[in-house]
Amino acid sequence: MNKIIRTSLAGLLSSTIITGAAIAAGTHPETGEALADDQTFTYRILDEHSSVDPQVVEDVTGAEIVRDLFEGLMNQDEDGNLVPGAATGFTVNDSKDVYTFTLRDEAKWSNGDPVTAGDFVYAWKRAVNPELSSPYAWFMELMSIENAASIIAGEKPVDELGVKAIDDKTLEVRLSAPLPYFPQMTTHSTTFPAPQKVIEEFGDSWTKPENIVSNGAYVLTEHLPQERSVRERNEMYWDNDNTIIDKVVALVINDENVALTRYMAGELDRTEIPAGQYPRLNQEHPEEALSFPRLCNYYYTFNVSDSGPEAFKDPNVRQALSLAVDRAIITEKVKAGGEPQAFTFVPEATAGFAVPAVEMASMSQAERDELAKELLAEAGYGPDNPLSFEMVYNTDEAHKKIAVAVSQMWKQKLGVQVELANMEWKVFLEERGNQNFDLARGAWCGDYNEASTFLDLLQSDSGYNDGKYNNTRVDELLAEAKTSNDPAPLYTEVERIIAQETPVIPIYHYAGVYMMDSDVGNWPVNNVEQNWYSKNLYKLAE
Amino acid sequence: MLAYSLRRLLVAIPTILLLIVACFFLMHVAPGGPFTSERALPPQVLANIEARYGLDQPLWKQLWDYLYNIVVHFDFGPSFKFKDRDVNDIIAQGFPISLTYGSLSFLLATAVGVSLGIAAAIKHNSWIDYIAVGLGIAAQALPNFIMGPILILTFTLWLGWLPGGGWNGGQWQYLIMPVIALATSYMGSIARITRSSMLEVLNSNFIRTARAKGLPTRTVIWRHALKPTLLPVVSYLGPVFVYVLTGSVFVDIYFSTGGLGQAYVGSALSRDYAVLLGVTILYGALTVVVNLLTDLAYAWFDPKIRY
Repeated sequence: MNKIIRTSLAGLLSSTIITGAAIAAGTHPETGEALADDQTFTYRILDEHSSVDPQVVEDVTGAEIVRDLFEGLMNQDEDGNLVPGAATGFTVNDSKDVYTFTLRDEAKWSNGDPVTAGDFVYAWKRAVNPELSSPYAWFMELMSIENAASIIAGEKPVDELGVKAIDDKTLEVRLSAPLPYFPQMTTHSTTFPAPQKVIEEFGDSWTKPENIVSNGAYVLTEHLPQERSVRERNEMYWDNDNTIIDKVVALVINDENVALTRYMAGELDRTEIPAGQYPRLNQEHPEEALSFPRLCNYYYTFNVSDSGPEAFKDPNVRQALSLAVDRAIITEKVKAGGEPQAFTFVPEATAGFAVPAVEMASMSQAERDELAKELLAEAGYGPDNPLSFEMVYNTDEAHKKIAVAVSQMWKQKLGVQVELANMEWKVFLEERGNQNFDLARGAWCGDYNEASTFLDLLQSDSGYNDGKYNNTRVDELLAEAKTSNDPAPLYTEVERIIAQETPVIPIYHYAGVYMMDSDVGNWPVNNVEQNWYSKNLYKLAE
Repeated sequence: MLAYSLRRLLVAIPTILLLIVACFFLMHVAPGGPFTSERALPPQVLANIEARYGLDQPLWKQLWDYLYNIVVHFDFGPSFKFKDRDVNDIIAQGFPISLTYGSLSFLLATAVGVSLGIAAAIKHNSWIDYIAVGLGIAAQALPNFIMGPILILTFTLWLGWLPGGGWNGGQWQYLIMPVIALATSYMGSIARITRSSMLEVLNSNFIRTARAKGLPTRTVIWRHALKPTLLPVVSYLGPVFVYVLTGSVFVDIYFSTGGLGQAYVGSALSRDYAVLLGVTILYGALTVVVNLLTDLAYAWFDPKIRY
């Protein structure tokens, strides 16, 4: 409460100051820090983004750009809390299945047209339209929007989607079932508005810099594929007066070590730190090396389907293998980027998630190893009858190091014979997706800040459940959580079941490990989804 | 010569066709497809997408449509990964960049390599020869993936003279490191070939005759020795030109040039069939044309060769 009052006071104060003194004076309106003359933020991206079309984009780098170019109904603040975006707010009916959003009067597209409820209706229908076949159509289904599932399946016409423009500034959304975290999902790029006129005029090339019209704080001004994309301040943006960064440049640099070199040479304001280099960089540049928790997990999944090895059908075997993994070695020696060890599938940083007291977490590694040996012996494996299986991961230096370390731990502690196999990404996906593996690497980053974005992967019919784990109790709990007002205890119970049955071996939860120029102000380190908005950043004078 | 060229180009057509067919089937044999993703797409969504790109058709039909569009419309199809670009766009944007780097590297490697080789041969067994041979061998031992990091550490990180990558409209500062990285090892080979070829020519009878009739050394070398010396060099330069273009893959990726190399590797990894095929065809056609040009160049260097 106290915090809310303080925040709103600060907000009130800052808006007063802004109207009084202009930002051009060169100091930050809230903090009073001196601002740099050149407000350009340059950062590295690993790969060319797939698209900047909100309904088409499917990769993280693309979504970051889309979040600057377009604005959805709601935004996130530095801590990941929901704040108004293109909508000033929303109301929900008593049965919690009809949401009504009120759009901002002053919200405009970069061509000066007002942003209307119709733009959202158009975009959302577009997202589920089989004709566009968006790779993120499933997200609309996940949002429980009425008829989304049957429209995607081609069983109903697109017009029957449960979304309606009551008038230009009022958007009504009907859900097929109450979904407590629905408003959070409106910060996802798939739900951002789309300019119908422009899309109809230019077709697939509407996202080129010369054609694109957007409603976010920035517009796309330059794009040289595989090299750079540049976005600059959108003068029509409703909150343009409070935006400080003028220009954002994303440079494609495939090689992370080159990126680090170019960062060191002052060409970049932000880049990722390669695995294992954080301790050194943190020592040499303590103000620039950052590490903070992120909403992603890293795990190995057992193939418990019919095509999987017989041994993995025994929960004792699975648990023994999980116990024997010394996570501290992985996080401290191999990754060394400040990643938290994982004993649950859902990262601790997830909003509203209470980490259950998993027995394994409170044991010492020696105790875990002891128990692992007992469990494995109980399952009938030992020196005379050693357990052996194959472990697959996609080709990557860090994945390899971790797999080698883990397989060594199993060999030394339990006498388990592991054969390592790496595969190129698409081959890996194909093999894992068709259950042609014994044990496979997996990782997932949350699509929204709620435990179900992770736990859904362990639901028996999830498209991502490659190990084919199947537990009716887990399915029931997850279904119940979808409509529950307080899903936290349900998630905790799911985690408890998972800890017992061990269909997966959680290894660690991700950390955002960056080199960030100390001139960059307000990077949202507390936003675990790392949903950052350039409009909230600024560059300090040196 | 015209008839010969036409004949060669006609032979090139089935060659390239064979390349397309082989590449097409190999690509489809590789596990995973353009729309294989981490979260398995619902079958109906996948079906929609595949229908949109014609991937639901039998393979022979896909191949036929593909060839038909190339021959009739010169359309290499859409990119499966980048919705707002088709293959023609990607090539039109990336190829000029790769061509710039490739041509500059080729010129640099040839000019420096040939000069070093000639200098070494003329001053055979002198300190100039030793230095030139030493440099040549050192250069040959430095392929682009070694030169890249060395250059970037030296000129970007330590000296801070040059930007560590990017294209920036082809500004000269951005060209230097990629061009050197790409040229170095070929420069070494060219120097070596030129030197041994020149030594052989200088020991031949017609050079002895030229010297005997009292021509100054400069005339002997420029008018009589140079052309025959370059014959083996030219036969090496043809493939080198293709190598610097296709071999720019590493340089494109390492220096983030925005050239075709990145698109090529990326398309293979993401199974962007159309882009992969399009670039392969481009490189294939280029190889055929350059080989033809090399053969035609022989005639100019050696009057004994006639087509």
